Amino acid sequence: MTSPETAATVLSVRDLSVDARTPEGLKPVLRDIGFDLASGETLCIAGESGSGKSVTSLAIMGLLPKASLRVTSGEILLGGRDLLKISNRAMRQVRGGEIAMVFQEPMTSLNPVISIGAQLTEAIRAHQGSENAEAVALRMLEAVQITEPARRLQQYPHELSGGMRQRVMIAMALSCQPKVLIADEPTTALDVTVQAQILTLMRELKTEFGTSIVLITHDMGVVAEMADRVLIMQGGRLIEQGSAVAIFNRPEQPYTRQLLAAVPRLGAHAGTDGPPRITPQPAQPPAEDRTPIMNVQDLRVTYGSPASRFLKGKPQVHAVDGVSFDILPGQTLGLVGESGSGKSTTGKAVLGLIPSSGDVLIDGRNIAGLSQREMRPVRRSAQMIFQDPYASLDSRMAVGAAIAEPMVIHGIGSKSERQDRVADLLRRVGLTPDAATRYPHEFSGGQRQRICIARALAVEPKIIVADESVAALDVSVRARVLDLMLELQETMGLAYLFISHDMAVIERMSHHVAVMRGGKIVETGTRREIFEAPSQEYTRALMAAVPIPDPELYQKRAGAN
Amino acid sequence: MRVLKEMLRQPSAVFGLLVVVTVIVLAIAAPWIAPFDPDNQMFDGLTLEGAPMPPGGQFLLGTDTLGRDLFSRLLYGARTSLVIGLVANGIAVAIGLLVGIVAGYLRGFASSVLMRFTDLMMAFPALLLAIVLAALLRPSLWIVAMVIALVNWVQVARIIYTETRALSERDFIMAERSLGAGHFRVLFLHILPHLVPTAIVWGTLGIATTVLLEATLSFLGIGVQPPQPSWGNIIFESQSYFQAAPWLVFVPGFVILLTALSFNLVGDALRDILDPTQRGRN
Repeated sequence: MTSPETAATVLSVRDLSVDARTPEGLKPVLRDIGFDLASGETLCIAGESGSGKSVTSLAIMGLLPKASLRVTSGEILLGGRDLLKISNRAMRQVRGGEIAMVFQEPMTSLNPVISIGAQLTEAIRAHQGSENAEAVALRMLEAVQITEPARRLQQYPHELSGGMRQRVMIAMALSCQPKVLIADEPTTALDVTVQAQILTLMRELKTEFGTSIVLITHDMGVVAEMADRVLIMQGGRLIEQGSAVAIFNRPEQPYTRQLLAAVPRLGAHAGTDGPPRITPQPAQPPAEDRTPIMNVQDLRVTYGSPASRFLKGKPQVHAVDGVSFDILPGQTLGLVGESGSGKSTTGKAVLGLIPSSGDVLIDGRNIAGLSQREMRPVRRSAQMIFQDPYASLDSRMAVGAAIAEPMVIHGIGSKSERQDRVADLLRRVGLTPDAATRYPHEFSGGQRQRICIARALAVEPKIIVADESVAALDVSVRARVLDLMLELQETMGLAYLFISHDMAVIERMSHHVAVMRGGKIVETGTRREIFEAPSQEYTRALMAAVPIPDPELYQKRAGAN
Repeated sequence: MRVLKEMLRQPSAVFGLLVVVTVIVLAIAAPWIAPFDPDNQMFDGLTLEGAPMPPGGQFLLGTDTLGRDLFSRLLYGARTSLVIGLVANGIAVAIGLLVGIVAGYLRGFASSVLMRFTDLMMAFPALLLAIVLAALLRPSLWIVAMVIALVNWVQVARIIYTETRALSERDFIMAERSLGAGHFRVLFLHILPHLVPTAIVWGTLGIATTVLLEATLSFLGIGVQPPQPSWGNIIFESQSYFQAAPWLVFVPGFVILLTALSFNLVGDALRDILDPTQRGRN
């Protein structure tokens, strides 16, 4: 590995400023960003949403949407040329040829109606001429360690898994041997175990191809695992830069410290049985009542239909295959698993939102076979919070009306009582009562999730199913929303079925944990049992794949290999 | 009130609103404004050779081939065309909304029956259907309006159906169900408001098409019966004299265009104003 100090600079960004055109006039999006990328180096740009990290990468690629964003000053130097001054034609040669990009969502960045082979060779032909394009494509697929590379060339994107698609994207980006690879959140949409594989692959390819990597991510764990150097961005400004070890061990700016403090660390709560206390004194003593608030027996959800005498039927898929668990009042069961494990389906099925078989007892009532109308009283005791708060709020309904709606549905209170209660709920989740007259789009992601929590609390439920409720939020916001959920649990005696793919978040929130895979619970136990002495190989693999926010650990590991 | 106030802030909406209001007022006031009886075939209305009179002079917009005053006919024609464009088209949008939203939300057997019926109506030539219906019932303005409504709802139903299906898959509908909201509440409080923009756009686009469909029916003799004027049949009656008397086609054509455009402008402004996510912008 070349050390960054002596290596030549490949890409250099000087005083880059970008303005956004808004109805209120020009608004700065980037202010005086400057950094150098050394040959063979991995530079991580870290920051929360709105920090300008993606705009920086788009500016380098010359892909800023011209109608809304404009570079106002600065230069981007690649091999002595200023990319902001060269013609569109020359820029097309740079893109893909000298700088390549890998995007977050591999499904939407591949064309679904063109075969993998055709898409790969298209990029190769555009930059290297058409002879041996097929052979180069095959060699690239081998380089990204995809299984059966020759067969993949004939396949279409939907036939590949998310991890394989991202490998194809990387193969495509590297096929023309670019000097710089920009990867914008390349593993955010992937499962942790797949993320670990892709990150390893990127490290290997970097040495193999001698490419410099600009990695844009919000995940400090990924930063620790990948970065030689780190840039921290906030609100369109570069607030701190330095080597990975320096940033993690001796952060200078308060914002950087705050960002690092908000990262949940696996094992941070080892040796305790429950989530950390938020309030000094619990308003309600820990429940002596050992009757479960939710009891699930042999839950099954099947898609497709069996063949009958007349109909051929569709192939049956068991999304949830015989799941059983109990949740005690005031406690949290963390349901963890990768995509496709059936954890979200389980969450919807226990609230009767999708058809299922098996028994679900909520507060002593079996919901099996209940109609929508018969379910209504049960819904007062069991509520749900979804992953994407914006999508789960009606964009055409004011926030106050949205929070009051469950009370209207269940006929609670008069109009003025409901208004008082809305104001009360808004205060309770940390918003001001004047939020009631505004609409969901006027709030930030974290505030929207608070609104969703307030709506769920409106009917004073005893249990809340939280399906990936913090996955769409920035780390610092995520920590605050989790704290709010813990505080509400302590003051109101709420039980949670907390569904997440994130082991660290599960560890923080849960009393009990169930690990799901392929529609089945493969391991269950108290938090201590699962995190301190996992019995299943799969659980151990899940934990091992979680990136740890400690760059020295990775450098030691790399040195040992 | 707020809607009107916001609309007055947008120049294009003000223009559209002015034209729409003017057309409606002129249509209502036609008997008092019209300089001549629209059906009166005047001796003065033709040249000595028997050709229609060009615009200007005694007849503001000229006369038609039978010597009738074009301006008076346009004023009375506005009544017919507005009934077609607003009432018939309105009914069509309403039927389309109802069929589309019910089929899109219900799924299952009822939905299949409704949508296959819609497909059948779409496959069936609209004009042929209109001819059959108009032949069975004695043509009058209101019958023609009904016929047009019965032919024109299918596209709206198709579009609304697709949108409703997409909407009912959205998270907030699942969230409503998890709160315990019934079908009625979900449909009318949460799905319908999201369909308003589509309905407005289709409604305003439909005004021009229905006015012209009425003209086609008139041309075939099964629309509004002569001598009652409509904007469409004024064009169709005189199209063979296009070269000799171009104003007979251009003037009513321009009136249809201007009216349809104005409704579109008002519709667009209305759509943006009613959308809370657009509030505070522009």
